Amino acid sequence: MHEFSLCESILDSIAEQARRHGFQRVRRVVLDIGELANVELEALRFAFEITRCGTLAATAELTIIEQPGRAECPDCARSGAVHTHFDPCPHCGGHRWRLTGGHELRIRELEVE
Amino acid sequence: MCTSCGCGHPDMLPAVPLRPGGLVHDPGSGLGPVRRIVLEQDILAKNAEFAAVNRHRFAAAGVLALNLVSAPGAGKTTLLARTVTALRDECPLAVLSGDPYTAQDAERIAATGVPVLQINTGKGCHLDAQGVGRALDRLPLPEGGILFIENVGNLVCPVDFDLGEDGMVLVLSVTEGEDKPLKYAPIFAAASVLLLNKVDLLAHVDFDLVRCLNDVRRVHADLPVLQLSARSGAGFATWLNWLRQRCAALRR
Repeated sequence: MHEFSLCESILDSIAEQARRHGFQRVRRVVLDIGELANVELEALRFAFEITRCGTLAATAELTIIEQPGRAECPDCARSGAVHTHFDPCPHCGGHRWRLTGGHELRIRELEVE
Repeated sequence: MCTSCGCGHPDMLPAVPLRPGGLVHDPGSGLGPVRRIVLEQDILAKNAEFAAVNRHRFAAAGVLALNLVSAPGAGKTTLLARTVTALRDECPLAVLSGDPYTAQDAERIAATGVPVLQINTGKGCHLDAQGVGRALDRLPLPEGGILFIENVGNLVCPVDFDLGEDGMVLVLSVTEGEDKPLKYAPIFAAASVLLLNKVDLLAHVDFDLVRCLNDVRRVHADLPVLQLSARSGAGFATWLNWLRQRCAALRR
């Protein structure tokens, strides 16, 4: 359940932004989460509901934007979509590809007031 | 009443552009105008900062730092005890041992005479870079040698928490079943080496070795796989040589 740790990191970042920008409430937190990121989205939403209590984000809406998996294959020098860590390269069937997208665990933006 | 959202708020706030191409009236809560702050920041940016500090400390001391991960019961502590016993007269060693509640792992390492420090994670399911950094304040680094960081038994959570280590050593035992590489693919993708432990039990368990190795290749095509037994010592020479080579590579 490292989703709780992730939420605590998100709330730490929010507190830091609040000190910098002087807002009093977060209305929305927008996250980019990669399709192959090591995160269970439902667990993340659940952890956020719990950890946000008593913080500036206590009533914030959580929006998760899933980022598609993209890989670059050194064997055929092409790139394509992958959905799991064990998918073959969609062009040559190789498995040596490197993930170029879909690993994101990122706070995209905050809506605050 | 507000004609945009029908909120009836007496202190109507000015319309605030929230999205490109349109003005959206936002009644807010009376706290002030609604603003958008674009962050584009990694959720684990703080952990990455602490990991960078650890990495710098390891490099300054010429230490090879290895993060040992596995499921509970894969044999990490037995493997570590045998490893440090074999290498303790060869190079400086130290062990950081993550354990939710007990000091049992640390006691087993301490019995070998190698410096060890226990990090109790409580309910935490993984070590993080800050916790490791704090522990490093209390455990002198083995200059020019190897620091083993024994993570909490868990094949999911440790993946995302960079500790500043040089490599991740993944231990899988044959008693866990051959289906783990695909089930826990992210940790197999992140590992630097896979130690397939308890191979002395292969004759006694239904473990499809060929399928396991094939699935490992699908997740991480060039992951080195070393078959060994921490109990019998089979395959240990290859593992110790892997460690020696990594140490030598650090000095080049």
